[in-house]
Amino acid sequence: MSGAPGAGPLLEVDAISVSFGAVLALNRVSLAIARGEIVAIIGPNGAGKTTLLNVVSGFYHPSEGRILFDGTERTNLRPWEVAALGIARTFQNVALFKGMSVLDNIMTGRLVKMKGSILLEAIYWGPAMKQEMAHRAAVERIIDFLEIEAIRKTPAGRLPYGLQKRVELARALAAEPTLLLLDEPMAGMNVEEKEDMCRFILDVHDEFGTTIALIEHDMSVVMDISDRVVALDYGRKIADGPPHAVRTDRVVLDAYLGVAHA
Amino acid sequence: MMELLAALASGLVSPFAEMAGSPRFLIEVLIGGISSGLLYSLVALGFVLIFKASGVFNFAQGVMVLFAALTLVGLMERGVPVALALPLTVLVMIGLAFAIERIVLRPLVNQEHIILFMATIGLNFFLEGFGEMLWGANVKKLDVGVPDTSFTVAGILVNRLEISAALTAAVLVTILGIFFQRTRIGRALRAVADDHQAALSIGIPLKTIWVIVWSVAGLVALAAGIMWGAKSGVQFSLSLIALKSLPVLILGGFTSVPGAIVGGIIIGVGEKLAEVYWGPLVGGAIENWFAYVLALAFLLVRPQGLFGERIIERV
Repeated sequence: MSGAPGAGPLLEVDAISVSFGAVLALNRVSLAIARGEIVAIIGPNGAGKTTLLNVVSGFYHPSEGRILFDGTERTNLRPWEVAALGIARTFQNVALFKGMSVLDNIMTGRLVKMKGSILLEAIYWGPAMKQEMAHRAAVERIIDFLEIEAIRKTPAGRLPYGLQKRVELARALAAEPTLLLLDEPMAGMNVEEKEDMCRFILDVHDEFGTTIALIEHDMSVVMDISDRVVALDYGRKIADGPPHAVRTDRVVLDAYLGVAHA
Repeated sequence: MMELLAALASGLVSPFAEMAGSPRFLIEVLIGGISSGLLYSLVALGFVLIFKASGVFNFAQGVMVLFAALTLVGLMERGVPVALALPLTVLVMIGLAFAIERIVLRPLVNQEHIILFMATIGLNFFLEGFGEMLWGANVKKLDVGVPDTSFTVAGILVNRLEISAALTAAVLVTILGIFFQRTRIGRALRAVADDHQAALSIGIPLKTIWVIVWSVAGLVALAAGIMWGAKSGVQFSLSLIALKSLPVLILGGFTSVPGAIVGGIIIGVGEKLAEVYWGPLVGGAIENWFAYVLALAFLLVRPQGLFGERIIERV
């Protein structure tokens, strides 16, 4: 692991609040994610899960609270600055470049890694050519890894939903992130696709040591792959702990099933 | 009836006979067509870049041509030598790009496209008035140091000014084409064009891309302004060449750099051929509307243009 601070948690969200008009989407939520952890964020619809992800990735800015990445305060960064830090994400409703091929989509994920002279790139010469080839090789490894060789030339917009989700994961991986944020990576998938996706997420974690935070509704998936579960409800954190403890937590059950009035 | 058929037949056939009969003249017409076509391409490129990066049809592109040429001529009239006036004008156009990003685009981010379009209409009138306020509204002569005279190569008459404008346009168009196809800025631009949110998430700074495309659009406008201005003087009608690049965009596709280039040449050559060979048969002045008819015909057959991205809709 790089970075001098190294010792503390990779990501610290410290008492952040976000409001949209009168709606308090997040209410002083705190959470810490350690290096190498897989953390699942669960909660009923409208609990603030996606808002939390959007705050971490710079799409929203909190009205109060702080975000620390690798021990340094990074509260009000813009999305591209967050990406440059090594935080990659996917979206709930797949945000791929639909007109571009799968290969080009994944190549765009490498943009944060590209350096050097734009003039040399234009004439495709010397170090620029070497660089382009190195990036291509990295992208090919990811394509192999996620088993999408067969569709590399297909425009992303024409793929079935399950594959689009996989390509989006590939694009996020192309940036070689230290922290990967996945917003419902298995939504709308059938059982087989879900199993594949679970396997990929675990493989990414094992192979690259990537820290992963994911939002997921399917409890069996959450139980299978996460080290820790954070539950949100109405913008508040209501539970944070090992999967089995959170699963049987009274408050969490109430949030999902409603409180029984005996 | 017979007369009508005969007239129709001669109308269809005789122009081709004329072309075959005098190949040198045909080549002269083609050269004229290509050189004005490349100028259309240049203006169209300005549109395409901005449309690609922000999904906005920049209504002010034509006025940017006028504004750039006015600034250059205005500086030269005040005794600034060309060697200094040109880089100064380039700086003004880049400054304009920064100002547009800061004052117009950034506050309107995530607004409907039609709102951004209306903002560019406002920009159009502002630039028009501002340019004339600064530099005056009278017709100005732009001397680029290339005489408006002709020479002969292998019996073909070539105009010096026209051919140097065409060559400059060709070089510029090629450089831009390579820049946007091969470099990472090109890739980032395509990404931004496709999906803003996704582009942000993979680390593309939207505002940098906007400043870049508006700067390039400004430079392209300057080049077009110089070439057109040298031909017909710097005056308000310069901004109207933007209208001529609309059919180019329809032909080439709003999102395609090669499309703008090829479309421009097709329109330029097409309208010259039509004017010279078919014009006399219908009483002339075809050049003024031929491009639009061609564009309309194209809309029926291939609405996305020659190179535009295929319009795929999921049902």
